[in-house]
Amino acid sequence: MAKKCLPLNIPHVSEPLEGIFINNEWHDSVSGKVFSTYNPATGEKICDVQEADKADVDKAVQAARLAFSLGSVWRKMDASERGRLLFKLANLVERDSAYLATLESLDTGKPFLSSFFVDLQGTIKTFRYFAGWADKIHGSTIPTDGEYFTLTRHEPIGVCGQIVPWNFPLVMTAWKLGPALSCGNTVVLKPAEQTPLTCLYIGALIKEAGFPPGVVNILPGYGPTAGAAIASHMGIDKVAFTGSTEVGKLIQEAAGKSNLKRVTLELGGKNPNIIFADADFELAVEQAHQGVFFNSGQCCTAGSRIFVEEPIYEEFVRRSVERAQRRTVGNPFDPTTEQGPQVSAEQQSRVLELIQSGITEGAKLECGGKAPPSKGFFVEPTVFSDVQDHMRIAKEEIFGPVQQIMKFKTIEEVIERANNTEYGLAAAVFTTDLNKAMNVSAALQAGTVWINCYNALSCQCPFGGFKMSGNGRELGEIGLKEYTEVKTITMKMSGKKS
Amino acid sequence: MAQNGTIENGLARNACPPPLPQPVKIPEIKHTKIFINNEWHTAIKGKTFPTINPATGVKICDVEEADKADVDEAVKAAKAAGQRGSEWRRMDASSRGGLLHRLADLLERERFVLATLESMDTGKPFLHAFFVDLDGSIKTLRYYAGWADKIHGKTMPVDENFVCFTKHEPVGVCGAIIPWNFPLLMFTWKIAPALACGNTVVIKPAEQTPLTALHVGALIKEAGFPPGVVNIVPGFGPTAGAAIASHMNIDKVAFTGSTEVGQLIKAAAAKSNLKRVTLELGGKNPCIVFADSDLQSAVEETQKGSFFNQGQACTAASRVYVEEPIYDEFVRLSVERAKNIAIGDPMEPRTSHGPQIDQHQFDKILELVASGKKEGATLECGGCAVEDRGLFIHPTIFSDVKDHMRIAKEEIFGPVQCIMKFKMQEEVIDRANSSQYGLTAAVFTRDVHRAMSVSAALEAGTVWVNCYNALHAQAPFGGFKMSGNGRELGEYALAEYTEVKAITIKLREQLTL
Repeated sequence: MAKKCLPLNIPHVSEPLEGIFINNEWHDSVSGKVFSTYNPATGEKICDVQEADKADVDKAVQAARLAFSLGSVWRKMDASERGRLLFKLANLVERDSAYLATLESLDTGKPFLSSFFVDLQGTIKTFRYFAGWADKIHGSTIPTDGEYFTLTRHEPIGVCGQIVPWNFPLVMTAWKLGPALSCGNTVVLKPAEQTPLTCLYIGALIKEAGFPPGVVNILPGYGPTAGAAIASHMGIDKVAFTGSTEVGKLIQEAAGKSNLKRVTLELGGKNPNIIFADADFELAVEQAHQGVFFNSGQCCTAGSRIFVEEPIYEEFVRRSVERAQRRTVGNPFDPTTEQGPQVSAEQQSRVLELIQSGITEGAKLECGGKAPPSKGFFVEPTVFSDVQDHMRIAKEEIFGPVQQIMKFKTIEEVIERANNTEYGLAAAVFTTDLNKAMNVSAALQAGTVWINCYNALSCQCPFGGFKMSGNGRELGEIGLKEYTEVKTITMKMSGKKS
Repeated sequence: MAQNGTIENGLARNACPPPLPQPVKIPEIKHTKIFINNEWHTAIKGKTFPTINPATGVKICDVEEADKADVDEAVKAAKAAGQRGSEWRRMDASSRGGLLHRLADLLERERFVLATLESMDTGKPFLHAFFVDLDGSIKTLRYYAGWADKIHGKTMPVDENFVCFTKHEPVGVCGAIIPWNFPLLMFTWKIAPALACGNTVVIKPAEQTPLTALHVGALIKEAGFPPGVVNIVPGFGPTAGAAIASHMNIDKVAFTGSTEVGQLIKAAAAKSNLKRVTLELGGKNPCIVFADSDLQSAVEETQKGSFFNQGQACTAASRVYVEEPIYDEFVRLSVERAKNIAIGDPMEPRTSHGPQIDQHQFDKILELVASGKKEGATLECGGCAVEDRGLFIHPTIFSDVKDHMRIAKEEIFGPVQCIMKFKMQEEVIDRANSSQYGLTAAVFTRDVHRAMSVSAALEAGTVWVNCYNALHAQAPFGGFKMSGNGRELGEYALAEYTEVKAITIKLREQLTL
């Protein structure tokens, strides 16, 4: 009987692209500096990459501004043709899926099958989704008072600076480029210094797809240099940032201080997952497990506070621990691996430090808790029970494979506890009761609320944070708003007619 | 894909390819049967009908003739394909979009064949079919492919303890009856929004021009649409068309054709099961040329408007009102231009004017031309059939046309331009609007104020300013008054292919709105 084959990674990735991408050309850094990118599963260097700093950002902004000028190829292109280019880009990503998934796993440590089926699919679908919007960005005609005719145009904002994180480099690149290009903007994008490789490859595909030079520029580099240069650049009209709340605040401050560039932020979360006694128990355990451990816990949506209703609490803890102990940790290229390493030594030690605080502050360590004795930056799947709301592990974003399980009694209590955080990115409710589902999802202060599921993200649906989890929304139709500038045109008319 | 048909046309592989695309040799028409459930069927009653090449008068082939019984089979298939739990209903909306994109890819692949078939079946110049009809068809499919997963309902804040939201569901089985003037383009205008919204389709191409629709049937199957999602029933209006309009299991009918038949369709829809109806009907479309317009451009655009597709367009610019100061010059330039229109074999690259579609239309046009002469309009050029050339009619211009003349009131659907004189803006607006039709109109002026106020005043679904026939998949198209009901294209078409369901959930108590 023929076995259904799983996709295979490319056995050898030779010479990944490592330059700075400006005007569809590859440049060395102005300063001559390079930085290294590592394979976190082994700790070994993959290659050196040109390091962009302020001078390179200046070059890129100049190119992007020129590409955006009135009368340029990009500004005069049919909107439907912009859509065609994005669609072509999606097809090229699909063509090179195996390569990109391999590169992504090499650079981030995420399991190859995850890269292939989750990251690559998410990337392709996002490009296709926004390709479809390009010629459907509508303004309005409006019945104003007086003898006037009024219409609105939803114009591109201009040069958009985009700073993407290391946890889903390719997907985050698509989430940023998709709507920006669909709306007719030009882009200066900085991938995270830990994970520049797949983003740079997208540069090559952008050129192959036929985007005019200067429309997309990609600058690998560090936050305090290249990232800060973007946030405070007088020639950038909008900045979009995904990363930590701490850095998000710096970006917004810099945007205000410089030229009031528009800002969208996708920041951290300490996302509550509320499990009622009437929930489908098996489903809840598994979803809560995946919700916190997916991508080694390195998700802004990680369900890192699990509130379990008292009657099922003990059993839930027991089953969660059992599941965590079964979680396979190892080589990302092994198809049986569920969990790879953390992305860097720095992240690994931060996670371990927070785990220590949990132990010190009196939570019960049920399993895991340390780094396994191997190369690479791994952390064992860790479960804490009897977690109290004041503990650091209950308040701070861990960004690691650490599950916190808390007990609750009443619905009002758990809603209040769930909302008692400066964050507000995602939340989940597990229940079979219609009233609970509707009421609790309405009451939670979170940009996405999942009911009987977790991490169900799709490019058609808006995503973003309440409170300090961010400003604005990405994806969906609403994502377009953040990449357009509305112009109202009012013309004098006589002979008014409704 | 062969470049420019060089291989099929016998040119050596390393010879320099010609600059324009050329028609391909089609040794045999592959698809001539009824398409139901992704399979090809012969007609239940065993009848066939011929389809003729109007440029030569020669039969191209015979096609299976669908009648009521075949329509019943098609509807059964479409209903099953659209049932709750079917593959089509369970498919991600984004995948529906993917299939439409794939179909567009296949039309691109088959562009030469389709353009050749279209030209053979309609008599339109091959280059028009290649660059206008095929381009429009492919773009329409791609436009709606992009909409499939963006069809949004809403959530709304109602009073008291309720959660309320809408879903925009497919209407169900959509019947479509399309005309012979732009067969492939009209085919895509109908199926694209219908499929984007998740409906299933039973579509009847015109009896004069079934071939491109049937060829696309094969591509629909190749693209991967599940069986029964699209069904194609070639046949006649009074039999297959009527069966669709009055079918108890068709949920919506979309018709493009004459106002006369449109009225029959709407009545049949009401009498049967109140199926939803959209109609794209006739027009007697006015152009208004002001003295301050770019005269050359106005002459060119209005000519295109009057003579494109041999005048066989619902958008035909058949009333041209010219402001008195430039009237004589306008007529002179128009006549000069009309005399240079290249009449010939549609397959030849130089040809821009082919035959009328059939004898019936041919006779009707010449009868109206005769009435123009009789009622006292001045025949400036043309006004007769091309000698020894079957269904070809010379581009015809009448000047000094008065509003009461038949040629000024009735839709001619032939290459006949009527030029009238006007003095005042208010006068010409009233004259332009005094028609039961209201499909399109055009204004030619350099003055921004005039452009805006005249376009606001005209009772037409599309008003062109300093252009003509500028149609785009992104912009809605349809008629005021008796030129139709509803809109096609743009986001607007989606409303015609969705049924809104409001879901209201009562809660025991509500913590917040």
